[in-house]
Amino acid sequence: MAPMPEAAAAASAADPMVPRIARVRRRRRDGRDVWTLELEPDEAGDAAFAPGQFNMLTAFGVGEAAISVSGDPVAPGRLVHTVRAVGPVSTALTRLGPGNVVGLRGPFGTGWPMAEAEGRDVVVVAGGLGLAPLRPVLYRLLAERDRYGKVVLLCGARSPDEILFRRELEAWRRRLDIDIAVTVDHALGDWRGQVGVVTTLIPRAAFDPRHAIALVCGPEIMMRFAIAALGDAKVAAEAIYLSMERNMKCALGWCGHCQFGPVFVCRDGPVFRYDRVRSLLGVKEL
Amino acid sequence: MEIHGLESIVREHPFFAGLEERFGTLVSGCAKNVRFEAGQYLLHEGEPADQFFLLRHGRVALQIASPGRGAVTFQTVGEGEIVGVSWLIPPYRWTYDAKALELVRAIAMDAACLRQKCEADHDLGYDMMKRFMPVLIQRLQATRIQILDVYGAHA
Amino acid sequence: MDAARETVVTVEGLEAMIDLLKRRGYRVVGPTVRDQAIVYDDVASLASLPAGWTDEQDGGHYRLARRDDDALFGYAVGPHSWKKFLHPPVLRLWHAEHDANGVRVVPEPVAAERFAFIGVRACELHAIAIQDRVLLGGAAADPHYRARRDGAFIVAVNCGQAGGTCFCTSMNTGPKADSGFDLALTELVVAGEHLFVVETGTDAGRAVLAELPHRAATPAECEAAKAVVARAAAGMGREMRADDLHDLLLRNLDHPRWDDVAERCLTCGNCTMVCPTCFCTSVEDSSDLAGGETARARRWDSCFTMDFSYIHGGSVRPTARARYRQWMTHKLATWFDQFGTSGCVGCGRCITWCPVGIDITEEVQAIRASEPR
Repeated sequence: MAPMPEAAAAASAADPMVPRIARVRRRRRDGRDVWTLELEPDEAGDAAFAPGQFNMLTAFGVGEAAISVSGDPVAPGRLVHTVRAVGPVSTALTRLGPGNVVGLRGPFGTGWPMAEAEGRDVVVVAGGLGLAPLRPVLYRLLAERDRYGKVVLLCGARSPDEILFRRELEAWRRRLDIDIAVTVDHALGDWRGQVGVVTTLIPRAAFDPRHAIALVCGPEIMMRFAIAALGDAKVAAEAIYLSMERNMKCALGWCGHCQFGPVFVCRDGPVFRYDRVRSLLGVKEL
Repeated sequence: MEIHGLESIVREHPFFAGLEERFGTLVSGCAKNVRFEAGQYLLHEGEPADQFFLLRHGRVALQIASPGRGAVTFQTVGEGEIVGVSWLIPPYRWTYDAKALELVRAIAMDAACLRQKCEADHDLGYDMMKRFMPVLIQRLQATRIQILDVYGAHA
Repeated sequence: MDAARETVVTVEGLEAMIDLLKRRGYRVVGPTVRDQAIVYDDVASLASLPAGWTDEQDGGHYRLARRDDDALFGYAVGPHSWKKFLHPPVLRLWHAEHDANGVRVVPEPVAAERFAFIGVRACELHAIAIQDRVLLGGAAADPHYRARRDGAFIVAVNCGQAGGTCFCTSMNTGPKADSGFDLALTELVVAGEHLFVVETGTDAGRAVLAELPHRAATPAECEAAKAVVARAAAGMGREMRADDLHDLLLRNLDHPRWDDVAERCLTCGNCTMVCPTCFCTSVEDSSDLAGGETARARRWDSCFTMDFSYIHGGSVRPTARARYRQWMTHKLATWFDQFGTSGCVGCGRCITWCPVGIDITEEVQAIRASEPR
């Protein structure tokens, strides 16, 4: 491939709307309509991110979408993204395979509060695809286990075959230093695990609400109910963080699409401390 | 003696936490110990709802048989929780199946017996209602969230 | 105004300015009459300017009318704003070349042309400053906006007459231009004389003025210029109390007035198109048939469209009520949280160009007057 002319490279570096090139290295199916892509940016050393951040991925000729990074923050040179095919862009992305090229911009956004979590019990509540932006948190927690108190992972999914990263969850569960509870909304007869909404896992989880930090991600309805259950379990609003989602055309605070009241989800989020957005979540059609 | 032992088991169950002494005696008169092996059914859809269960050990799947899909589990309940609320209202008929997922030890409460005692002693009746209301309401709230199918792909 | 600094140029001097700017390679744009409105477009010469025209503006109403003099700037603002040039409606951002060797992304070069804006009003200077904060003031700067902005030469004009929907005095954005210009003109048409009192704002402005025939302004001319501005300030078509808008609107997100305006609002988006501070855009990717070249273009968008804000379940603001509320609370309230100022400069365009005449000042007053206690 011909190298980019210097002037163009400089302009690209100067224009944050211009994507750089990354190649798909691996593609794995993680659900009926969910695929995980492992990307390698052409420029070495270009794959750093904080857990909770997202990249804007371009399927050339189709469009661009905001996709959370779902991989290990310390894995060198690789950016892992878990994509659900729900629209033209995400569907195009999930059809790309090893060797195919994507456009890459980012990473963008605020990450999960890893520093604030040190020394505290960490309760991770993930619903459906919400486990993807939280998986980098789990990698970090387990890699630096002694920095944190109890680690509790509560996962909700639609049904057993839609549990995301199931093999990884089972592997983590074999460790003795993390509590994992999984529940599904409904299951066919041979499922022997928990059935019921993810909020039901919270009262039974073993953590100290006075010294805990909770990280919540999933569909907005699920997050609202999970946060209410965390509140009932005496976790303070200032100790709860959630990841919001809105459509984005720029991720730079310029296109205006991701506004949620006064905040831009791309730039002031996607991770928010709950007390900051509590009143916003209560306004319909905000 | 057996009845005395059963009464203390009944009182110890979280569902009856804080039960008044005289209520404990009344309620235990309707109780008996039961046990289900893994795979056995506690109750079947359509059958008379003549008892309900306080689970002491083991988990139970609440299921509905759906043609083409087999048995669909919509909730699991475990130790400390109860199985069966349809005995509270006519026509006293079960609307789902309940299957033991593993060895289940429970206290079975005779429905007709308890209903009769509640009619005779309204204080007991009110105490029972106060214990069942939170269970019903929490299950209703949870069910609503399940109906919304929040993880589904909505067009 | 410092009497010692003010100079005067004649109409001929203004013509010379336009020629000078063209010779210096600027693309000169300014007001001109087209399609029964005064729009901003290329100015070939002084003759392109709307001499002797004025406008009548009200809610959902815009008409041109003849003046009884030949004033070149005797009107307020029309449907265009300078964002048309600084933040263009359509702009290609990059294209990518796909071949057997891979993909090469080529950024679109920034505009090489430099604009000279003739006739920028005080409210518009504030609007430009507001867009500067949005597009240049964050963690990253928009290079296309930067290039156009840095290259622009701005000749402001102090309004001599307020428009029927103007309320710049309520928003502290006019009618006098006080910063952000290279040159600022106040037109004096009196007793057969047609003059412009000139204030310089920058070295670039001073350099241009130096090459034009000019002389010092007399004290009478300075006074006359002040009177022009005072007359405009006294003639505002609308007013809006603006010191409490952030809290007023944000504590009334469920006020019944939103339902009331929703019954009138067509969600046509005109207000966002004519508003000089609205900045929202969308992008569109395209591909040639063979897949050899793909591209992305940016275009203006409006928060009034159904799919402006969505998640995979659907539109976040499906009702007109929600979308009108979003526009008005963003413009007047949450803009403060985001950028430290109001988003509104009181130009009145949204009132004039709303097909049903919805008036933002009236909506605010309705909420304030009937706030539930």
